[in-house]
Amino acid sequence: MSRPESSAELSALYQEMILDHYRRPRNKGSLDKADASVEMKNPLCGDEIGLQVTFDGDSVSDLRFSGRGCSISQASASMMTQLVKGKKREEIDSIRNQFRDLMLGVSQGDERILGSLRSLSGVARFPARVKCALLAWNALETALAERAG
Amino acid sequence: MKLFPDSERLSDLKVRGDFPLLANNPGLHYLDSAATSQKPKVVLDALREFYETANANPHRGAYSLSVRATECYHQSRVRIAQFLGVRDSDCLIFTRGTTEGLNLVAESWGYANVSSGDEIVVTALDHHANFVPWQVLAMRKGAKFRVCELTPEGKIDLDFLSGLLSERTKVVAFNHVSNAIGTINPVEEIVRLVREKSDAILVCDGAQSAPHFPVSFDSLGVDFYAFSGHKMLGPMGIGGLIGKRELLEEMPPYQTGGDMIEFVHDDRTTWNVLPHKFEAGTPNAANAVGLAAAVEYLDGIGMHSVIAHERSLMSTAQRRLAEIDGLHIYGPPAAERSGVLSFTMNDVHPHDLATVLDGEGVCIRAGHHCAQPLMRRLDVPATARASFYVYNDESDIDALVTGIVKAREIFAYVET
Repeated sequence: MSRPESSAELSALYQEMILDHYRRPRNKGSLDKADASVEMKNPLCGDEIGLQVTFDGDSVSDLRFSGRGCSISQASASMMTQLVKGKKREEIDSIRNQFRDLMLGVSQGDERILGSLRSLSGVARFPARVKCALLAWNALETALAERAG
Repeated sequence: MKLFPDSERLSDLKVRGDFPLLANNPGLHYLDSAATSQKPKVVLDALREFYETANANPHRGAYSLSVRATECYHQSRVRIAQFLGVRDSDCLIFTRGTTEGLNLVAESWGYANVSSGDEIVVTALDHHANFVPWQVLAMRKGAKFRVCELTPEGKIDLDFLSGLLSERTKVVAFNHVSNAIGTINPVEEIVRLVREKSDAILVCDGAQSAPHFPVSFDSLGVDFYAFSGHKMLGPMGIGGLIGKRELLEEMPPYQTGGDMIEFVHDDRTTWNVLPHKFEAGTPNAANAVGLAAAVEYLDGIGMHSVIAHERSLMSTAQRRLAEIDGLHIYGPPAAERSGVLSFTMNDVHPHDLATVLDGEGVCIRAGHHCAQPLMRRLDVPATARASFYVYNDESDIDALVTGIVKAREIFAYVET
């Protein structure tokens, strides 16, 4: 039977960095004016996220997220907003792909690219929670697609 | 209203050893029986025995092995009907489970009898399986879909229900017991109210009642009752719909195909008698046999003992959880609930709670429990839910409390 056998795995999951973003989420709220707005739900648990994005040319100039969810989904969203602000679409795609691989346990990813997101690596050991970590990123992907038309 | 007396002593049926999965995992605390129950060895043995000694396609062959398969299938129906208080066992239709049973009624009775301007009533306490089929039916027929509101405690608001009922009401669907918060609904009062004010059929979702206390369909007063085998120690993929004969006789078939026909002409087909009319295709005979073994096992314990045991665990768990700071329990008082304990913790999301508890070997459900209309009314996206059954004991409650306290420590908010 596969379940987290040790408290070591649990503490690997709930790292201080994650708890910090959960308790004090960055960029949470709403923008007065957004170029793209996305609402997304995790149908498994009913958690929801709202994401508002403004663009400057090909770059994300600002973004905010709203909604409620578990520590993993909230921390992931909070870190994401910090990481992608000011970045070009290509760079964001690269981060997102690396993060997805990290969540699926395919690779550890480049720490220089993933930054704080690496603290979520423990999620890969909890398959039921991967969707929580990817929710914000799926919302961002939809927002970028909206922008691209 | 106290349906069952609370016991002073914490009950232990000492049957954990009958369940191979639990016996093989001593550190496992399974508290998700409202989702699905574990299976005792006698059920697994019955499945194996059927396949090893009686496997053939029922109702088909003239050879004796097929006759034996047919007999096993038939006897299982009779046994399960007896368990659920159905004298006329041909009125018990085997289905994949509660969901299919409810869809059968909506599809067959609903499409034949509901028309534009009619009204269908469900409650905010219902599982999606007893909500969505009626909503879809109403939309396709141009009927009005009405949702009965709840009292602040999470019980069906009978005054509100009364206000919804009229001669336009064609269907009233409700659950016997709420899977999300454990409310035991007063069937008798609901039946009386509905019969008084309308000619509606009453459809009862019994997924959470059949496993947990004595149910007698013949005295329940509803027109249809659906249940799932896998929640009552039986295999997955088998359950049933019980209906009143006069309604079932008039209803068109749900699915068509083999076994459910009488004569197939080039231009028309006539239907087989009950229950076969509603059981197209090769029946799930092995799982019916498994479910019959499950009800035999439950009768061995005694359904009064089952509910007394759950109540005992429930009131203890309720008391111990209520002592934890920041923990909120949903639903009516423990005495009016089945063995379902739905709760949230300040600062700890139910998913995080479930993950930490998993680390302690405790299995609970976290989510909306397929009851999003109810979650909206409780104003929470999700709750954590612990549910009890025959194999649970005090050690499961200890582990649950330990895990919750641990989760609170991990997520404790310390202002820096």
